[in-house]
Order: sequence, then structure tokens, then C-alpha cells
Amino acid sequence: MLEIEIDGKKLTVPQGSTVIEAAHSIGTYIPHFCYHKKLSIAANCRMCLVEVEKAPKPLPACATPVTDGMKVHTNSDMARNAQKGVMEFLLINHPLDCPICDQGGECQLQDLAVGYGNSASRYQEEKRVVVGKDMGPLISAAEMTRCIHCTRCVRFTEEIGGFQEIGMANRGEFSEILPFLGKTVNSEISGNVIDLCPVGALTSKPFRYSARPWELSRRKSVSPHDGLGSNLIVQVRTGQVMRVLPLENEAINECWLSDRDRFSYEGLNSEERLRVPMIKHGGVWHETDWQTALEYVVKGLNGVSADHGKDAIGVLASPYSTLEELYLVQKLARAFGVNNIDHRLRRSDFRGDEAQQGVQWLGSTILELVSAKSVLLVGSTQRKEQPLLAARLRQAVKKGTELNVLHYAADELLTRVNAGIVLPPQAWVAALGGVLKAVLGLKEGSTTTLDVSAIDVSEDAARIAASLVNAESAAIVLGNVAQHHPDFSQLLMLAQEIGRLTGARFGLTTEAGNSVGAELAGALPKRGPLGTTVTAGLNAREMLASPRKAYVLLNTEVEFDSYDSQQAVAAMKAAETVIALSAYKGQGLLDYADVLLPIAPFTETAGTFVSMEGRVQSFNGVVRPLGEARPAWKVLRVLGNMLGLSGFAYDSVEEIRGECLKAGTDVSANLSNTLSSMPVDFSVAATAGLIRAGEVPMYHADAICRRSPPLQLTAEAAAPRAYVHGSVLQQLGLEEGAAVVAVQGDSQVTLPVAVDNRLAAGVVRLACAHPTTVALGGLFDRIELKRGA
Amino acid sequence: MAVFVKGVIFDGVDTTQPDCWRLAAYEARGGYQALRSILQAQMPQEDVIAEVKNSGLRGRGGAGFPTGLKWSFMPRSFPGDKYVVCNTDEGEPGTFKDRDILRYNPHALIEGMIIAGYAMGTRVGYNYIHGEIFAEYELFEAALDEARAAGYLGENILGTGFSFDLFAHHGYGAYICGEETALLESLEGKKGQPRFKPPFPASFGLYGKPTTINNTESFASVPFIIRDGAQKFLEAGKPNNGGTKLFSVSGHVNRPGNYEIPLGTPFSALLEMAGGMKDGSRLKAVIPGGSSAPVLPGEVMMDLTMDYDSISKAGSMLGSGAVIVMNDQVCMVKALERLAYFYHEESCGQCTPCREGTGWLYRVIHRIENGQGRPEDLDLLNSVGNNMAGRTICALADAAVFPVRSFTKHFRDEFEYHIEHRKCLVEHKWC
Ligand SMILES: Cc1cc2nc3c(=O)[nH]c(=O)nc-3n(C[C@H](O)[C@H](O)[C@H](O)COP(=O)(O)O)c2cc1C
Ligand code: SF4
Ligand code: SF4
Ligand code: FES
Repeated sequence: MLEIEIDGKKLTVPQGSTVIEAAHSIGTYIPHFCYHKKLSIAANCRMCLVEVEKAPKPLPACATPVTDGMKVHTNSDMARNAQKGVMEFLLINHPLDCPICDQGGECQLQDLAVGYGNSASRYQEEKRVVVGKDMGPLISAAEMTRCIHCTRCVRFTEEIGGFQEIGMANRGEFSEILPFLGKTVNSEISGNVIDLCPVGALTSKPFRYSARPWELSRRKSVSPHDGLGSNLIVQVRTGQVMRVLPLENEAINECWLSDRDRFSYEGLNSEERLRVPMIKHGGVWHETDWQTALEYVVKGLNGVSADHGKDAIGVLASPYSTLEELYLVQKLARAFGVNNIDHRLRRSDFRGDEAQQGVQWLGSTILELVSAKSVLLVGSTQRKEQPLLAARLRQAVKKGTELNVLHYAADELLTRVNAGIVLPPQAWVAALGGVLKAVLGLKEGSTTTLDVSAIDVSEDAARIAASLVNAESAAIVLGNVAQHHPDFSQLLMLAQEIGRLTGARFGLTTEAGNSVGAELAGALPKRGPLGTTVTAGLNAREMLASPRKAYVLLNTEVEFDSYDSQQAVAAMKAAETVIALSAYKGQGLLDYADVLLPIAPFTETAGTFVSMEGRVQSFNGVVRPLGEARPAWKVLRVLGNMLGLSGFAYDSVEEIRGECLKAGTDVSANLSNTLSSMPVDFSVAATAGLIRAGEVPMYHADAICRRSPPLQLTAEAAAPRAYVHGSVLQQLGLEEGAAVVAVQGDSQVTLPVAVDNRLAAGVVRLACAHPTTVALGGLFDRIELKRGA
Repeated sequence: MAVFVKGVIFDGVDTTQPDCWRLAAYEARGGYQALRSILQAQMPQEDVIAEVKNSGLRGRGGAGFPTGLKWSFMPRSFPGDKYVVCNTDEGEPGTFKDRDILRYNPHALIEGMIIAGYAMGTRVGYNYIHGEIFAEYELFEAALDEARAAGYLGENILGTGFSFDLFAHHGYGAYICGEETALLESLEGKKGQPRFKPPFPASFGLYGKPTTINNTESFASVPFIIRDGAQKFLEAGKPNNGGTKLFSVSGHVNRPGNYEIPLGTPFSALLEMAGGMKDGSRLKAVIPGGSSAPVLPGEVMMDLTMDYDSISKAGSMLGSGAVIVMNDQVCMVKALERLAYFYHEESCGQCTPCREGTGWLYRVIHRIENGQGRPEDLDLLNSVGNNMAGRTICALADAAVFPVRSFTKHFRDEFEYHIEHRKCLVEHKWC
């Protein structure tokens, strides 16, 4: 520890601190622009110049390491003069038209100019004008004249984004911040540069000129879009969400947000929002009132149950719903006598349901995961599944973590990969078995009950095993792809075995904001709330494979959210009644549902999400429900009462939460990835044909982001193509860009084919959750490609 | 351009001979003897460094930092990669000495760098050559080939087990890449802009590894120091200013060119060597150390000797040794405008004071030169300069300010006249 003095205040700081860190630790503010605690030090703005005793010149506080006995003056004549001098330089070429700048009111330059600027400029020469740049649909770089060249944006893309997408070209006064020629900024976490930019150079394209910061109120919330549980500040004006910003939480999202978290709010007020209850009569939709609609629902459910029995009813819920909603929907169903409940619509392998001991989760905290010395990602398209977790893992790799991957594509992770196995999905069980076998070889005297004798250990499997065995701490993580994989339970079983032998933690990076909450709430066919025993029902797959007569859909569009969309839609169409509680009236719902109950998205209701690390995060609605929409918990409460069920007399969300979580919020005792022993089949299915790798595109993951116009304008949201390895294209005799007919069973779609040589041969990467591919079948089932017409 | 040969680097080099740069010619002049003697005697590294220290050699790149001391900062026993880097980026107006070393005596530099590599325990060196000199770059590559073929470079040099290789890197012509850390960035393939220091290159240099950077002339002086001894080098100059120095004399003299003379030689003698003032014109001002050095009035210069201490006592600096001589035909406003334009063009643009200040300075001077000066402009120039100097990442901002301060100080009357009368005090042909 070093003893220093800042403005006469004595303090001790750790060796290696900078003057600005020391000052901030005692609440002494030093003006700065380029400095940012999460970025490397550039020391270029010079705003932070301070006087250090014995130094002849003012020194930049952000870059000056503290030395023992150092005496710093942040406000002396020398310091003030230097700071004012820098401010003058910053302003000479900066437009002095804050009233027409979008950043006005939340501009660091404007704020500091009040304290350090002069009332009139001594600069009488011509001012610089810089032409605007195109950074894509999310970031506006129209006013680059305002840029003060702090390079925060540049450093962000390079250091946090993992890939430099913004640079400073040219020299001196002619320096310009710009994306690479002809390119836009496509990082999945690009929007953070808007927060980082201290001036109005980079602003939010959707938000631009729509409101002034002082007109907005700030409300806390939690992102539903992935399992991370990023903390949000939602800014609202007159009942409308105007903007979403990060709420700093070092344990989760630090000070960042993914673009999905940041820009999906634009989908909240989409034209497709369902504002009033609707009933379909004779194929025609009619708006109606709540009473009528609910009576219709009650009649429908009672009718089906009388005609076909309770087992003819299935409940499909979305893990993007709140804990309370999911708890109530399962409670209602079970009280009514329906046991067919599930939220795992995109899963295909339920063999582990019996073996499962608790609620599946990450297996550690996020911080524990990113501080593991070796990580094995199994079936995870990380950057698109949990963009911020991918960013954190990149930082971990910089600090020495070895990242290992098992996937069907050697995707660009923008970081160093220690070892990667790239194989088609059907070969993964054997591949992970290879890792297990290699671990056995490395750990003397260790044994397993699984029969790995016939498995070949590849070089990469051996390297992964060595990485896991040798690391001080290790983690195995199954991503979304692994969770949707037809051998999910087998992969999990193997992860458990490898974990047992190596001491590695294992778990899932859960898909949705409340995937863990859905399990806790008992929105499962074989487990009730907090794992209570229930009468077993059908899982999501079974409910669709053997169609029910009635479906209750909570917050889901099955054509986008299911493992096999073609099968799901067919089941819906064949049903007598489809009751949908939804915030949107999507085309699919309009086609197959017969009653639509408008419910509130997360911004319009109180509720709770439980993140992948088991963190219980409750939030309040930030605006009133749109139109006649109501929070789903209220709808379910009324429905419970109207169905004559007891126990639905709730007054508040807190009451439901208390009941669901047994009044506690410590759910850790319920979290467990342990599976009781299960056989593993290592044989690799014969692979004569191609297998579909059906992934959920980042901006089609949930109902809200699907409707966010700016996200839908990104390159990422472009219509799916069938990606194959070049060799596959050659075998098929097709050329890149050609139209192909993709066939799965008796369904088919026509779309362009594209080459991606990072893919394993034998795989067709063809996205789901998109209108152009809903006619297709299972995400990881056989697929055929034929020359299109 | 004449090269006067009298001293350390150009001793015995007959620049009229097209082959004077070749290995054979260099060896005939006693070249590579220093290297041989060190390697054969397995001279301890610290002894080599001590010899350089004792010679009083000060860095020829501008700052005059003692070379031996700099070498001693290198963590010699650091186990990983380490580098020696030569700075031949010479881009400062008035400076044109290093290119002549490449042109006429490249092996002196190569030998100096090998010795430096030996002394600091590095196996690899780079020479970063200014992007606007082409023939010299190619010639240096040819000299490297010769040295490699003769076993002076590469694995197991002269069979002694010491290995060192040296590579030339052609820059792109940016002045800022002469600043040592910008040079390193550029060498790494990045945009050439200075790094914040500390850390200094000795601990975090090329690719983050310990690195020593010296000017071409600094390295080229080393073979002499080793072969003929530190004392002889020191005595060639004066105390604390060891050796001879190359001066690039330009401007209104009859014979502009490079002159290698003992440090401590009177300026008047140098002027005489350069053939005296052009057409017998009157000496008005001299920039004694390259465009970044403060200008001095001619009469002050006539009393000075050409060495670090004397010039700095007079309020300027010896810098790179570029002597820009101006006669009474020169409009000092125009001359300063030209210099200010250079720094405005060459600022890398990272630091606010330099990025914004160099343009401001230039525009105000440009206005004055164009008859639109205002009475408050001279104070403004000084004030803007004060807000720049010493407040930036590298010394370019200071370099931009020194001429402004010194021109407006020593030749204030010309600036005032310009502002008041909207024209030159001096009648000359190019205003
Ligand atoms: C803007 C700027 C330009 C420079 N240009 C050169 C140059 O062209 N050649 C050079 O040797 N040193 C140049 N220097 C000095 C170098 O940074 C460094 O001090 C020098 O190469 C060290 O070598 P020496 O110790 O042998 O002088 C420059 C410095 C600055 C600030
Ligand atoms: S655009 Fe903004 S963040 Fe980027 S350098 Fe300019 S001022 Fe800084
Ligand atoms: S002083 Fe000028 S040239 Fe040097 S780093 Fe700063 S902006 Fe670049
Ligand atoms: S904050 Fe220190 S130089 Fe910018």
C-alpha cells in the first residue's frame, strides 16, 4: 500500500493505482474524457491534468501511477490552468450548438465546459467540419464534427468487442473516427459505444431526437433476452419506453448491454401489439372485452375437458415469462387437472427428465465461470446466445483462461481458442466421450461406469482433457445449441462425468431471461414448483407430436419457439381451440389461435426473472400496460377464479412470488445439474445425408426483439440462408447464392445457399425462428438440399 | 551536396567513389575490427556499455541522451525477446544526415547495431528507414546482404556462437514515426502514433518487449568508440560532448551539406566550411538543431560553439544537428508560417492540445502573414503555445511551440510590422 495525499487529504492506495483511481476512491472528481475504467489507458484527451508536487509539468491523472508520498493537487492554479487550456482546445472545433445536439443535457463535454470553459471563444478561425459516417442501423455517426477524438469507441470495439470495427484514420486535425471503408459496425455489443461517447458524435439511431434526457424518468428493470439477467435502466416518458441503458452490475453485465438488450425496446410499441382481447368466429377476428374473452376461454377449456378429458389439453409457456406468470399457469393447469405443461419448447431430448435432481443452471456464478482457468463450451454459439458472456470470456482468455470448444462450426469467437472440436451434431456424444476417455488416461486410477472402450481419442479431445485436468479451476458449459440438441441429456451426463473426474463445474448457459425461473416455478411436466412431486404429464415435444385438442399458450409463438415448427403449427391447426396469452398478434397466432388475450410484456408488469446463475431479480413495471393489455398474472388469477379453482385470490405479485419461492429468495438449494446415472450411447448414427443445424438467430430469439425495427435492419437479422461447407456445395453441384430447396420430411422451403468453410461437412446451418423457415421441421434433424427451380 | 569527411563516421570515406559504401571498402578502412575484437575477446557486456558511457556519446536523434546510460537500462538478463531498433526516420525539416550514413557508410551502422545487440543481449534488430528515401533504403538492404554473406550477421557470427540478425523496415514518410514509440507502433504494423510513457521502451518496447532505440548516427559512432577507445572519441569533442557530430547545414550558405566536425567547433568555423553566407549576404538567424529547435539571432550564433551545452545555454538546442541558416532576405513571419504548417500537418492527432493547437497556431500565423493579423495575436500565439507545451504525450507539441516562441521573441518587430502594416518588413521575392 502506498500513502499519498490528494488536495491535502491523506489516503492509502494499492501499488499500481493511477492518480485518477486514487482520487475517485475518495470521491475527488478529476475531469476526464478518454479515461474509462474498463478500457485501456489512452491518455490522449489531457483533460485530467493535475499538479503533482516535484513534477515540473502537469501530469495526466489517468495515466500517472501513484508513488509513495506523492502529493497531488487537482485544483491548484497549475491544474486548473492546464484543465482550462485543454477545455479551450476541445471547444475550438466543437460546434457550440448544444440546443440542437441530441446529446444535449447528458453530454460530458457540455457539463465540464460549464466548469472549465470560458464564456467566449478566443478562436476566430474557421471551424472544422467532418462528414457523417454510416455505422449501421443502431449507431448514428451523422455528426462526427462533434467528436473529440477520445478513442473510447475505438478501444471498446477492439478491447471489449474483440474486433476493431471503428478506427481513427488520418492525422492531426484531420483525424476522423470511422468504421472500416464500406463496412458498418456489426458487433453484437456495439451499442455500448453510444454510452461511452462523451459527446454527441455517436448517438442511438432509434432514440435520436425523440426526447431530452431531462424529460425521461429512469426505472430499473431486468433484461429478458438471455439468461444473463442484465440490469437495465429503462427510460420512459408519458407512458412509453423511450430508451434502454445499462444499470451497472459488476457481477452480471458490468457497465455494458448487448445490442439485443439495448434496442429491443423498439418492439414494445410495435403495430403488432395486441391491445384488446380478440376472438375468432368463423375464421374472422373480432375485438371483444375481457369478460367475453375469458368466458370464451372457460367455455373452451371446460368443453374440451368434457369431450376429451383433461389430458387433451396442453400448456406451452415461454421461459421469457416471469416467475410469477409461470407459477400461476402451472398452478392453474394442475388445479384444473391438466398435467401437460412445459416451457422447454426448443428442446428435443427429454430423456434426462427422470434423472434430473434439481433445477438446471449455470453451475456457478457468472464471476466464477469467467474466473475459471479452463472452460469447455459445448454447443454454444456464444456471441449470439449471450453476447455479454462471450465478451467476458474474451477478457478471461486475456487473463489466461483456456477456452475450449465443441461445436459444429469453428465460429469466430474473437479470442484465442485453446482447442476446438468441430464435428456434426450427431458425433458430439462420441467426441465428448473422447474427452472423458482422455481424462481417464490423465487421472491415474480414475474410473467411470460408462463404456468408453470403443471411442477414439482425437488430438483435440486430448488437449481439451489436459486443459480441464491441469487447470486450477475448470468449467464445462452447455450452450443453447447443446440444450436443443437431440442428445442433450447424453451430453449433460458426460459433462457430469468429466466434471466429477476433473473437479470442473458444469452447467447450462440458459437460453431465456427466466429459463431457471421457469424450472423453479414448476412449468415442467414432471416437476412442480421447487421440485415438488406432481402427476407426470407430457413434455413439449410429446404434446406436439401427439396433438392435443386444446392448447394454452403463454407468451409464445410456437412457429418460432419450437424444436419442430412445422409439427407445432400442424398441431395448433388441428386443435379445437388454441388460447393464446400474448403481447403480440403475430401472423402465426392469427392463423391458428381462436382467442387472443392481450398480456403485458416485462416492461408493463411486475415480476421476477431468475438468471442462469440462479440470481432472483424482481422488477416493477416501468409503464402502464398498453391498451387493454393486462399483466398475465392478473389474467391467470381471474381465469383461475372463473374456472372455480381455489387459491387464486392474490392481491399482488409479491404474494405469488412468496408462495412460489416459499417466501424465500435463496433458491440455491434447488439448483442442481446432477443427473442420476444414465446410460450413454456412443455410437455415431450413420451419416449418409445432411443434418440441419437449426439455430435461433440473435434478433429472432423472442417476441419483443423480433419486432424491433432497428434490430431487424441489422445484417444479423437478414433472411436465413442455408450455410454449408464448400465441399458440400461442390458435392451438390451448386454455386454460392443459388436457390436451393431445403427439404425436411414432407416440408420444404426455397432459399439461397451460402458457403461457410468453418462449418463441419455434413451440416446445413439453417436458422429457425424466422418466417421464411417456419415451414421446416426439427432443428437438428435430417435435411436435404436440392437445386431450386 | 558535399560531405566533409573529418571525424568518426566519415573518417576515410571517399564519397566520390561509388563503391565507398561497400563492405570491402569499409573493411579496408578498419571496419568490423571492433566487432571482431569484442567477439573474439568475449568482452563482457558491461564492459562494452562502460566503454560507450565513457565516450560521452550523446544520442544524435535530438534529445542528446547519453547512449551508454540508455544501454544500461536494458534488462540484459531478461530471458525473452529483446530488440535493438535504429531510428532512421529522419523527417525533421533541415535534417538530412542519417541518409548520408546509409548512402556512404552503411556498414558503420550495421556494425554499431551488432555491437549494441551483443552488449544488450538481443538477437534481433530493426532499422526503421524514412519512407521518402528509396535509394538509401535499397542500398542499406544490399549492405545487409553483404554483411550476412560475410558472416557478420545471422547465426553464429564469426564462429563465436553469438547470433544477431538485422532487418530494414521502410516507413511511410510520417514525421511522427521518428518519435521512438510511434516508430515502434509503426514497426508493429499499427498506425504510427506515440505511446504514453511510462512504460519506457527499455521495459515495454517493440511487441511489448525490452527495446533500445537509438538514432542512426548514435549507432554508427559505436565502432569507432570500441576500436579506437572511448577516450579518443571523447577527446574528439569536448567534455560531456564527446565525439564528432554531423551537421546538416542548409539555407543561405554557399555549400550546403553534411559536415562532420568535433563537438565544440565554433559556429563561425562551420559557417566558413559551408562556404560562408550565400552571395555574401548578411546572416540574420540560425536554427541550430533542426526545425524544432528555437531560432537564434545570427549575432548570438556567431559567438557560440557547436555542442550540446553551449547551444542550450543560449536558449536553443543542438537537437539533430540540422543547422538552418537564414539571411536578411528572409521574412521571419513567412518562415514561421512554413514551420507551423509542418507541425500542423504532422501532428498525429491523439492529444487534444497538439491536435487542436497546431492548427490554431498555423492559422493565426497564416493570417498575420496574409495581412490579417490582429494586435492581440502575438499574445494569443504565446498563450496557445503555453497551453500546448509540456501537456501532451510526445514532444511534437513542444517542437511546434518552440519556433513560435523564439521567432516571436527574437523577431517581434517583424511580426508587429506585419500586423500593423499588413505586409513584410523585409523586401523579398517569395512573400
Ligand atoms: C516528433 C519527434 C520526432 C522525432 N524524430 C526523430 C527522428 O527522425 N530521428 C531520430 O533519431 N529521433 C527522432 N526523435 C527522437 C526519438 O524519439 C528518440 O529520442 C531517438 O531516436 C533516440 O535516439 P538517440 O538517443 O540515439 O538520440 C523524434 C522525437 C520526436 C518527439
Ligand atoms: S466518436 Fe465519441 S467516443 Fe469515439 S472518439 Fe469521438 S468522441 Fe470519442
Ligand atoms: S503531442 Fe501531438 S504528435 Fe505527439 S502524441 Fe500528442 S498529438 Fe500526437
Ligand atoms: S482522461 Fe486522462 S488524458 Fe484523458
